[in-house]
Amino acid sequence: MIAVIDYGAGNIFSVKNALGFLGFTGKLTGDAADIRAADKLILPGVGAFPDAMRMLTERGLTDVIRAEAAGGKPLLGICLGMQILFERGYEFEETRGLGLIEGYVDKLTPPAGENLKIPHMGWDSVEIINPLPLTKTVSSGTTMVYFVHSYKAVTPRENISLLARYGQDVPALVFRGSVYGAQFHPEKSGEAGLNILRSFAEL
Amino acid sequence: MLAKRIIPCLDVKDGMVVKGVNFLELRDVGDPVACAVEYNRQGADEVVFLDIMASHEGRSTMIDVVERTAEKVFIPLTVGGGIRTADDFRDLLRAGADKVSINSAAVAHPRVLEEAAYRFGNQCVVIAIDGKRVGIDDDPRSPRYGKSVFHVFTEGGRNDAGLDVIEWAKKAENLGAGEILLTSMDTDGTKAGFDLEMLNAVCAAVTIPVIASGGGGDLASFVELFERTDADAALAASIFHYGEYEVADVKAALREARVPVR
Repeated sequence: MIAVIDYGAGNIFSVKNALGFLGFTGKLTGDAADIRAADKLILPGVGAFPDAMRMLTERGLTDVIRAEAAGGKPLLGICLGMQILFERGYEFEETRGLGLIEGYVDKLTPPAGENLKIPHMGWDSVEIINPLPLTKTVSSGTTMVYFVHSYKAVTPRENISLLARYGQDVPALVFRGSVYGAQFHPEKSGEAGLNILRSFAEL
Repeated sequence: MLAKRIIPCLDVKDGMVVKGVNFLELRDVGDPVACAVEYNRQGADEVVFLDIMASHEGRSTMIDVVERTAEKVFIPLTVGGGIRTADDFRDLLRAGADKVSINSAAVAHPRVLEEAAYRFGNQCVVIAIDGKRVGIDDDPRSPRYGKSVFHVFTEGGRNDAGLDVIEWAKKAENLGAGEILLTSMDTDGTKAGFDLEMLNAVCAAVTIPVIASGGGGDLASFVELFERTDADAALAASIFHYGEYEVADVKAALREARVPVR
């Protein structure tokens, strides 16, 4: 069973639906016992960094997620769920994240003199920086996945598996041990995204 | 490179798809879930559902449509129509929508944009603007002197809100909208091409993505849109809906014209 952690933030059914579509069992849960019992964890999230951390904390889920990840249980954060894996975020105000991956989350900024639309919204190509079992179906530079975000992770290159370029480096898939984070939405990236989700489920 | 998006729109009333021609004539055409599945197969980059009734009962029907669509379609889904509060955003996001578009209620209570952006993030807040020409700017000091003046219309196009489209677009962005769905009431339903003048005026005024809507009638109109404006996406209904063209036909034409598409 893959626990899809429900902490009140955004579009969680899509992740569960995508797992079901692929033949895996996803369980929406905000219960620490389920999180401990699960084979894998997915931390979804649509929303704002401070709100998400507040909701996770209020539900008493931050410690159990940290403990399970530290024990080697595969964890995939998606979009905001990826961003809160980092040490801190700067959306509206400085907020502490889960601290599972080194780095922080800050606004996407247009390079000087360039007119860049923000959010980074839509289908963009990704290139492979560090290949992983999760990226075995990705073809570097041509596979396109769906992004919707105004903030990006800032993290050492050794933590980056897939990278998009949008006037700046945009880490698209990050990792540290068995903790993974996708800035894009694999559950909304059609066939390409479902393949990545399947690779995670099959880890 | 970020692809230009092609977005079929389904107008939904009582759980069934209809398409308004100039917002007046409505014709039944089918099941929204089946339509969304078909558009996904054709290569649509997103799908939009507009709830054109949006009564209390209509809302629960729409939530059911969204839930059933999200079980089968794994591309982004935007839902709009009758959205009033940040809790409406929450309900649709939880049902499986990725973005929620708000129109009249944001004009009446702009702070709802702020609240929704704070609670759910800017990226899911789409400000839908129905714009229409109401005259020519005759102020010689105005940067838009001699160009069209566009007003925001609300309540499905029935009410001139007395707001300038460009000013409202900028304000909505500042309040937290993450994307603009800009419909030209002058070109909507005409199939005469997108409203390039209004699109260029709005794209120049904001930094968030703009979805062009209204007037996409043939393949050339999509090519013209992306060659002559900075629009990020094109939304269309009838051109796809009655099977004149598939989404893939539009993409092939764009690819031919070297417009980046998925």
